[in-house]
Amino acid sequence: MGKVIVITSGKGGVGKTTTTANIGASLALLGKKVCMVDTDIGLRNLDVVLGLENRIVYDIVDAVRGNCRLKQALIKDKRLENMYLLPAAQTKDKTAVSEAQMIELCEKLKEEFDYVIVDCPAGIEHGFKNAIAGADEAVVVTTPEMSAVRDADRIIGLLEAADLRNPRLIVNRIRINMVKSGDMMSVEDILEILAIDLLGIVPDDDEIVVSTNKGEPTAMNDNSRPGQAFRNIARRIDGEDVPLMVLEEKKGFFSALAKLFKS
Amino acid sequence: MSILSFLGKFFGKDTEVEASKSVAKERLRLVLVHDRVDVSEQMMDNLREDLIEVIGKYMEIDTEALEVNLTREEDGVALTANIPIVNIRRQLA
Repeated sequence: MGKVIVITSGKGGVGKTTTTANIGASLALLGKKVCMVDTDIGLRNLDVVLGLENRIVYDIVDAVRGNCRLKQALIKDKRLENMYLLPAAQTKDKTAVSEAQMIELCEKLKEEFDYVIVDCPAGIEHGFKNAIAGADEAVVVTTPEMSAVRDADRIIGLLEAADLRNPRLIVNRIRINMVKSGDMMSVEDILEILAIDLLGIVPDDDEIVVSTNKGEPTAMNDNSRPGQAFRNIARRIDGEDVPLMVLEEKKGFFSALAKLFKS
Repeated sequence: MSILSFLGKFFGKDTEVEASKSVAKERLRLVLVHDRVDVSEQMMDNLREDLIEVIGKYMEIDTEALEVNLTREEDGVALTANIPIVNIRRQLA
């Protein structure tokens, strides 16, 4: 029997979909059988981030309404053997799936997969409630910005009210140069404010843009720093004790020069 | 001013300016106090009822006009209550 993990954030644009894709790919790299579920009906994107957009025939709404068998709606990745996607519907109404249908769907997927990773839409409305309905655990993604941390706080409250106790936090897009100069909140600052357990930290990196352009999760690239961060996170999800990544300053000419004069 | 100290200043050695993360942290702390209260209106209702009960032991108050609010002060958040008194009970003891 597998585990259903929902990836949430409240605020849009903090990296939920990228996180979902990379955690999914990393768990598949660990040899786990993984299904990612896009619940952002009407605004689907996980298919694009994973590079599977041309292979969609049926979607989540078809699957829950019985227009097709669940297996027919699952897209099997050709690069990673154990990785599957259940895409969101793009044309249907966002209320097309109910909470009860979502719970039933998660139960079925759990029988087949080690991990079911649910990508939650932004916001706290219907789509959010649906996405968390069948989840066993929750992950909250934030960035070191006031607006993202504020929304994360709200989401943590709603998750706990829905009996998803002890959600774990991922701090995404950390710019270590700015943290060191005191112009960006550190991971410690954020943890102090939100008071929840940390699942992982991910550095801000141009590599994410490049990998999204290509439709290949950065976790599949051995040399990628954020890829390494996501692979660490996946191992922690799988119960391994992995130390936090040490983030280092980028040594550009100007930062090196600045450092010379600061010391 | 030597060129070294000028460059030092240019590259941000000057620490007089407050780091913007401290500003963000402080603003966030205040915003969250409000957010967390907004979420739990039930808590404010309970507090209002408990206040009426406790104060009612000593004085007669206008429960309709009673106001309990959290207000933002310059350096924090305050609980303010405006409780009109109708009558004060005679001390028996």
